[in-house]
Amino acid sequence: MKRVSYKETWVDKLYIPAVLKGLIVTLKHLIRPHKNITIQYPEYKWKPYSHYRGAHRLNKDEQGRIKCVACEMCASACPAHCITIVPAPAPWEDRERYPIKFEINMLRCIYCGFCEEACPEESIELTEVYDFAGNSRRELIWDKEKLLEMYDLTVNEYYKGKPGTFSYSKEKKEK
Amino acid sequence: MVDLIIELVIIILKIGIVIGAVMMGVAYMTLAERRLSGFIQDRLGPNRAGPQGLLQPFADGIKLFFKEDFIPDSAEKLLFFIAPGMIFVPALCVIAVIPFGDSLNIFGREIQLRIADVNIGILYIFAIASLGVYGIVLGGWSANNKYTLFGSLRSVAQMISYELALGLSVMGVLMITGSLRLTEVVEVQRSYFFGFIPHWNIFLQPVAFIIFITAAFAETNRLPFDLVEAEQELVGGYHTEYNSMKWGLYFLSEYANVITASAVITTLFFGGWHLPWIEKIPMPQILLELLQIGSFVLKTAFFSIFFIWVRWTFPRFKYNQLMSLGWKVFLPIAILNVLVTGLFYAIFS
Amino acid sequence: MEFILFYIFGFIAVVSALLIILQKNPIYSAVFLILTLFSVAILFLLLNAQFVAAVQVLVYAGAIMTLFLFAIMLLNIKYEEKAFSKLANLKITGIFVTFVLFIEFMYMIFLRKGLGIAGNISPEKVAEVGNVELIGKILFTKYLFPFEVASLVLLVAMVGVIVLAKKKF
Repeated sequence: MKRVSYKETWVDKLYIPAVLKGLIVTLKHLIRPHKNITIQYPEYKWKPYSHYRGAHRLNKDEQGRIKCVACEMCASACPAHCITIVPAPAPWEDRERYPIKFEINMLRCIYCGFCEEACPEESIELTEVYDFAGNSRRELIWDKEKLLEMYDLTVNEYYKGKPGTFSYSKEKKEK
Repeated sequence: MVDLIIELVIIILKIGIVIGAVMMGVAYMTLAERRLSGFIQDRLGPNRAGPQGLLQPFADGIKLFFKEDFIPDSAEKLLFFIAPGMIFVPALCVIAVIPFGDSLNIFGREIQLRIADVNIGILYIFAIASLGVYGIVLGGWSANNKYTLFGSLRSVAQMISYELALGLSVMGVLMITGSLRLTEVVEVQRSYFFGFIPHWNIFLQPVAFIIFITAAFAETNRLPFDLVEAEQELVGGYHTEYNSMKWGLYFLSEYANVITASAVITTLFFGGWHLPWIEKIPMPQILLELLQIGSFVLKTAFFSIFFIWVRWTFPRFKYNQLMSLGWKVFLPIAILNVLVTGLFYAIFS
Repeated sequence: MEFILFYIFGFIAVVSALLIILQKNPIYSAVFLILTLFSVAILFLLLNAQFVAAVQVLVYAGAIMTLFLFAIMLLNIKYEEKAFSKLANLKITGIFVTFVLFIEFMYMIFLRKGLGIAGNISPEKVAEVGNVELIGKILFTKYLFPFEVASLVLLVAMVGVIVLAKKKF
């Protein structure tokens, strides 16, 4: 290895040129337009990429019925055991069972997406929604109605803009 | 009798306005520190409270007032209680001798724009500023915590070492002025070299200026010399055990010290309230006075922001580096500066 | 006005001077010593001696007392009580020295007429020439020899400290 030694000149020993150089570096950052770095969250929201795994939804078919057939494949695939399904005989002709209770504990869920892969009916799906919160633990155990409602919310795009960017969006009102 | 009362009212008003201005400056320096540091690091800084975060200082103040005032069980209660006051009072007292303008003529009454015009001006500043160290030392000692004790021990050695460089660097300026009175220091700087370069001491004493501003950084415990606080190694230094408004007082005095140091630098090296070139344009007397006050405030604000700017540029010194810089570099250079200035004056006058 | 201030700060100086020796905790003693020095500085101010007042605060209250505190903190002196029994002889010596000092003061004040203004220096002259200029002039003309001797003593002390610090034990 070749060693390069640098001999300090008397200018270097004054330290003042180095100090000024450092100050200029920070000055450049200070006056540079620095958008696209910090996202002003409630006003601007980040649009996730299409492979993003966010909150779940339960898909509906063309007639607006729940797609799920209560096979419980998702529940058994779930490594966190956060899905609870209570099946019942279906009132419709095209399937035998449907869930009368379908609960996902969003606090236990690890958002691995195994449920989505296990589902034979493409009923359960992970959406791009990442900003959900609740005031209690109970509130974050999402039931069937909430999950179907998520379908309505996310069937069209939930966040605006190109994936990987963020754009202005109005605060969505609480229901 | 009436005259006396009016004089008294004017003095009280002046004190109120100056202290109010310093406190507002302190409040907005906390905001400026946070926002500018954000910009330097390509962030945005606090911008939620009010437009562009302009109400943030008040939100912080209200928060500090309503926090629980907790005193550690093993603390030396009395000293722990009075130590924040011992740093806050000197921090505010120093500003008293700094002239922030010439004189205003209102209703036929000449109002000198300084609180006190004492003939030991600069010595008064050093004397009162040197008392500020007790707030740090006693606060750190009385909290009975090893980190706070380390912080106070460091502050003692640091303050004493840099006070020497600070004092000796000013000697050059004082030799030029021939007086310790700050109004005269400003008065001397009001002429021009060659008719257009302002006769500011920075052009005559650049070495003294560099030593003074660096020592001022050390005296106000600001980065790169903030070994007294040193978050990474001392958890926050002398005020580790402090909270609520007692901590707030330490915080306020740090910024008050920065503003005072900026005002002193402005007065000693940058002509104080002297407004070059523009003062030659004919204009009403009162407008000129106000512009001169404005120029003083602007210069002080620039140096206050320079303090912030430096803080977010340089890393902290090691303690041995700090000490050898103070004793082996700045002190000899300051003495040399005094000698050279003296020789220069002996030869050329 | 000046009399009121004199009595207030004289009282503070005396009381805090007493408290220095009555405190058990050396840190509190140091704090009261600072208070004493500060109020004495204000007494100097009342005597039109601004320079002496500022230097008193700057050097004694600002620098020397800080180093005192530094030493006290580093040495971790526990409460004085234990050590005090060994110093019983010093107590008698102390009382004796204080008494002698008191007699000397009384002699100066009443028999040598040490009160009032000496020489041609009056408050008007101080205000006219300037405090610092006056002291500087006297220091470098009339009292040049004591001044130089004092600086020599300081130099000797400094050299002594460096020699002691460099010595390997």
